[in-house]
Amino acid sequence: MREPVLRIKNLKIALPAGADRDFAVDEVSYDLYPGEILCIVGESGSGKSMSANAAMGLLPDLVRPVAGEILFDGKDILKLTEDEMMDLRGRRIAMIFQEPMSALNPLMRVEDQIAEVFEAHDLLTPRDRRRRAIELLTEVGIPDPEKAARAYPFQLSGGQRQRVMIAMALALEPKILIADEPTTALDVTTQAQILELIRDLQERHGMAVMFITHDFGVVAEIADRVAVMQYGKIVETGTADEVLDHPQHPYTQKLIAAIPKLAAGAAPEEPARKAPILEVEGLNKTYVTGGGLLFSKPRVVHAVNDVSLSLAEGETLGIVGESGSGKSSVGRCLVRLMDPDSGTVKLAGQDMAHLSGEALREARKSIQMIFQDPYASLNPRAKVGRIIAEGPMAHGVPRAEAYSRAVKLLDLVDLDALAIDRYPHEFSGGQRQRIGIARALALEPRVIIADEAVSALDVSIQAQVLDLLAELKDRLNLALIFITHDLRVAAQICDRIAVMQKGRIVEMGPARAIFDNPQNAYTRTLIEAIPGREKELAAAG
Amino acid sequence: MADFWKRFCRNRGAVIGITILAVVVLVAVLAPLVFPQSPWRMVQRPFLPPFSMEQYPLGTDALGRNVMSGLAYGAQVSLLVGLVSTVAALLIGIPIGALAGYFGGWIDDALMRFTEFFQTVPSFALAIVLVAIFEPSIQSIIAAIAIVSWPPVARLVRGEVLSLRSREYIEAAILSGQTSAAIILRQVLPNTLSPIIVLASLMVATAILLESSLSFLGLGDPNMMSWGYMIGAARTVIRQAWWLSFFPGVAILLTVLALNLIGEGLNDALNPRLARRGK
Repeated sequence: MREPVLRIKNLKIALPAGADRDFAVDEVSYDLYPGEILCIVGESGSGKSMSANAAMGLLPDLVRPVAGEILFDGKDILKLTEDEMMDLRGRRIAMIFQEPMSALNPLMRVEDQIAEVFEAHDLLTPRDRRRRAIELLTEVGIPDPEKAARAYPFQLSGGQRQRVMIAMALALEPKILIADEPTTALDVTTQAQILELIRDLQERHGMAVMFITHDFGVVAEIADRVAVMQYGKIVETGTADEVLDHPQHPYTQKLIAAIPKLAAGAAPEEPARKAPILEVEGLNKTYVTGGGLLFSKPRVVHAVNDVSLSLAEGETLGIVGESGSGKSSVGRCLVRLMDPDSGTVKLAGQDMAHLSGEALREARKSIQMIFQDPYASLNPRAKVGRIIAEGPMAHGVPRAEAYSRAVKLLDLVDLDALAIDRYPHEFSGGQRQRIGIARALALEPRVIIADEAVSALDVSIQAQVLDLLAELKDRLNLALIFITHDLRVAAQICDRIAVMQKGRIVEMGPARAIFDNPQNAYTRTLIEAIPGREKELAAAG
Repeated sequence: MADFWKRFCRNRGAVIGITILAVVVLVAVLAPLVFPQSPWRMVQRPFLPPFSMEQYPLGTDALGRNVMSGLAYGAQVSLLVGLVSTVAALLIGIPIGALAGYFGGWIDDALMRFTEFFQTVPSFALAIVLVAIFEPSIQSIIAAIAIVSWPPVARLVRGEVLSLRSREYIEAAILSGQTSAAIILRQVLPNTLSPIIVLASLMVATAILLESSLSFLGLGDPNMMSWGYMIGAARTVIRQAWWLSFFPGVAILLTVLALNLIGEGLNDALNPRLARRGK
């Protein structure tokens, strides 16, 4: 057996008093071998980033390791002085982060930021630093590295920024690369490219990579070995195949079962279509930004470009696309949170797009929305009962009746009736999303638009909320428009899917057909980029 | 609420501030009981130095009036002017800021230009002019102070509302059919309360200073004894009778300091995350 390059032994990291548990990381031990990719998987709050942060000496002030050791090169990192730590960081152990925009200095050119890494360790001459910067940018596959080197971070795309971060991390040929959710903020196609890059670089440089993620799809793509964490403890370790195909621990089993399956979902044949409840025709929305009187040409973005779709009663239509594809703009135009430039939105025969004032207020009762962020979508200073009852009360339902209906709705979304007297901050993310759903249902709508409604949730919670939505949809005969960037989620819940790119619908059809036999080239790229897809197909036989 | 108090009391300055303010309020409330006679009445020979007669511990002024009694009644005026003018300024500033921030567009432009009109005129000069036009009285002083001090409120509220109005819960309220008035009153404004409270506590202090300055210039209410008036009247004899301007000066200093300390404490207590980061 090879010598591990990093060895974590019985590490215990204490949280400040008053946190939800005593130890962020409790008796955690694992080894990282040269030339392997170890994935540390867990849901939010599982402490998955903590051991890596401890290895980099990047723990927050109030959090400190109380027991155990982190051995690197035979030395315990936890006992190093800050000076020794500085030498270690970057040169021997490097790290890349989730948010490449905030991890880069917005006011410095890319090449200067890379050169700074050498400067910090007093290496090379300024001229050589520059030359290395361009070599590194070439290595991480940035198109036109010479030009990218002179660019500022805001001039690069998210994927390119993450490549710059990786170039910086590679600069001093570290033995270990720690990647903390490096692809979470990226689109699925970009994510696939970055994962490939990391894998490729790891092989070429023989680095050990510690890859922290919440996404089992990513694990399937990249991991050699996997450690699953829950509540600060490692519940299961093993090779990727062992853990993914034969999970031993019930928590791992639960997590893997909760991942939306690509093959599941839609009925094999399209059910007979009922009468359409929502018909959208020729919807357009352009944003114009900038453009002073004389100086610059205004930037025109076709957020929604001639979109037409129809939604039958009791149907779920998925709108999928990457960021900037205009999928959210469509949803917002439908409920008139945004006014479309042209086109018609016929809701049960009435054109929503051209209503205003009282008529619009009345019509909106039948089309409600569930929002993405379970924290920003509930008024922090209103009790849950008021949040739910406010809508009906605004439409003239007496207070007592509105509140008794709120209790029934809470029951419907599996929350305790006592919740009506509590404030949103007393609930978890998943519970808050249930409150959001109850609020949307309070007006007895016929169509619900769910805008990334489960994107902010952990996978096990996500599965529960998706089940709830599917169940409610059947029970209340709702039509659902489900806007998401996550094709797995779309595959699980949608009857039909519309794929959007640059404001246009490039392909629309039954979910099964889209996944099994995509017609459009872009759709194909999207589907191929779904992390963990190949493994799943192989498993399905 | 209990939690709020605990956080407030963690700031020692704030506790000192609230203690001083409590004393000032107590003095103002008890003034008519302790000093049943009018503070304008002559009670002893003029220029009686402090601590020379037990009955008049702070001495008497140029006309033989009791300085101690004047201070107590002055506290009434200062607190009254400070509180009422701040409330009035909030009543002007909050609606303007909320409407401008919520509706945006030309409403925002119109209201903000109107606000800037007041901001560009030096506030003290404007206050003097207003009081001079309306004849000095407690009402006109309060009105003048309110009129010159609402623009910062409007700007603050507008900024807060602007950032709140794109929150998802506001959009949810729009979708659920609530009227704009209901959304502003029930969803938006309650969430802007913390910075408004902090600003208001500091505005009370500024208002007290403004009132004192106006009285110092002789534009105070002629029927009410105020700290500013006492300093103003004593400035010609400052070398013979230091105590006549010193004690009211200390009273103003302590009250304004107390209010500023309270404002800071409120800020820490209402924005716990910001406060902790600073330490």
